[in-house]
Amino acid sequence: MTLGGCARSKGAETALLNVSYDPTREFYRAYNEAFLARWRAGGGAPFAVEQSHGGSGKQARAVIDGLPGDVVTLALASDIDEIAARGLIAADWQTRLPNNASPYTSTIVFLVRKGNPKGIRDWPDLLKPGVEVITPNPKTSGGARWNYLAAWADALRRPGGTEQSAQAFVSDLFRRVPVLDTGARGSTTTFVQRGIGDVLLAWENEAFLAARELGPDQVDIVTPPFSILAEPPVAVVDKVVDHKGTRDRAQAYLAQLYDEPAQVLAAEHYYRPRDPAVAARFIDRFPHLTLADISDFGGWSAAQKRHFADGGVFDQIYQPGRRP
Amino acid sequence: MIRQAGPSVWKAHSPLPGFSLSLGFTLAYLSLFVLIPLAALAIRPWENGLDSVITAVVSPRAQAALRLSFIAAAVAAVVNAVMGGLLAWVLTRYDFPGKRLADAVIDLPFALPTAVAGIALTALYAQNGPIGGLLAPLGIKIAYTPIGVVVAMIFVGLPFVVRSIQPVLQDLDQEVEAAAETLGASPFQTAIRITLPALLPALLSGVGLAFARGVGEYGSVIFIAGNMPLRSEIAPLLIVTQLEQFNYAGAATIGLAMLCLSFLILLSFNGLQTALARRGA
Repeated sequence: MTLGGCARSKGAETALLNVSYDPTREFYRAYNEAFLARWRAGGGAPFAVEQSHGGSGKQARAVIDGLPGDVVTLALASDIDEIAARGLIAADWQTRLPNNASPYTSTIVFLVRKGNPKGIRDWPDLLKPGVEVITPNPKTSGGARWNYLAAWADALRRPGGTEQSAQAFVSDLFRRVPVLDTGARGSTTTFVQRGIGDVLLAWENEAFLAARELGPDQVDIVTPPFSILAEPPVAVVDKVVDHKGTRDRAQAYLAQLYDEPAQVLAAEHYYRPRDPAVAARFIDRFPHLTLADISDFGGWSAAQKRHFADGGVFDQIYQPGRRP
Repeated sequence: MIRQAGPSVWKAHSPLPGFSLSLGFTLAYLSLFVLIPLAALAIRPWENGLDSVITAVVSPRAQAALRLSFIAAAVAAVVNAVMGGLLAWVLTRYDFPGKRLADAVIDLPFALPTAVAGIALTALYAQNGPIGGLLAPLGIKIAYTPIGVVVAMIFVGLPFVVRSIQPVLQDLDQEVEAAAETLGASPFQTAIRITLPALLPALLSGVGLAFARGVGEYGSVIFIAGNMPLRSEIAPLLIVTQLEQFNYAGAATIGLAMLCLSFLILLSFNGLQTALARRGA
């Protein structure tokens, strides 16, 4: 695919393309409207914002392969690192915006059957006899990698927790997974619509969406006392904005994500806001919990290599003769 | 199809004009849309050396996934051969109300987006679905097992078999069958010795197409398979998994392995078909 847009209208040519992942669709639709209104009110020339959504890794590959996204707003820093590794984004992208370039955060929570019949409140409860766990495959799903790392971090922080006990915990956990979907949305469907499993490990925002839209009378959200801080990062794609001459508006688009109105929008769409004042207003929705974060694993590239690369710790769970 | 006329294949002995033009067009078109993309696939795996290619293909997970994809596609193709043949027979030989409608329904698996098919099949065969719910008390699980993979492949492959056989069945001279009967053949003998041999080349080509479609099928299978490594993980999913890790070479390796296997199988099908057509002619 080329960047040529000769057949396009002038407006489309200068439109801003936000390449994002699946569950942000509704949030960015609302944000685009607010951003453009503010942009016009400030005397800026009108333009359009287009959105592209898909699995985070797939979207990163699309940008690598030539999709002319001005900004990427993905699920994992490692996906943006892959784009940066191919020279499309400056290597220091994560320090160009506050909070590791993540304007909102999320975490991993449990979605259980209505009334929580298996009494699942904390990570060790997932290994109770007869509990079936639903999670997507960490090899194909960014969200599932957070599930896996949260479980690992929890096992590690227990008294007497070691790397070995953490590995044993996640191995036992994944042996209780009857269906490994490729993405977070697929797992939600398996759990809610197909009625498989007792607990779904899910993004907090996805869990709210499932509870509200798919089955308010079927499922409950359980926030465990401990989980992991997921930081979905954003970055300007330098090669693209320099080619299209859209750097100013792309930078403004990302910078304003940190402003109060955008933070409120994020909270309304079930993302945890960074702004402490906004977070305080939504404390009922987002109960406080202790969070591990990716630096506990030495950053994404170290975690990726050790746990999720071919032959890594996760692959060792599924070895011939060690069937779940 | 080009009929090979002895050793001088390249000399235009055909009474039709325009042989070199049409051959040139055929080759250019095939190259542009089939050979060049496949060649691009074939050069990709070797980035990290021959060793990593071999490791990628012989790893237990890749072996299990390739085995599942090819065996499930073969089983689905055989089921489609029998059931599709029966359907084609009923649709060409009998008249009944709603026949036109039934005939049109056969094509639906072609038109439906595969993801829709996968979701619909999973909803039906999951343990809380209308069919899966009936089978669950008997201890039969279809969704999220290799059987589910076969079911999805049967669904997407069916039209290939029916549509390949139908025109041949229609053109088949029924007087031959009647003659066999008057000569004392039982209906079974007529079917096996008269009808089936005439149908066989078309049947084989339909089965080949259904098989190929099943091997490469991703969209519908992925929803019903359960995707458990070593058990219900299909080879195309392994390719997607490699891509998710930005491992283009690894993905291309499994792709190439599938391509080579499929090509060999389709080639032998074609050979068999040609041999049968010759014998029949």
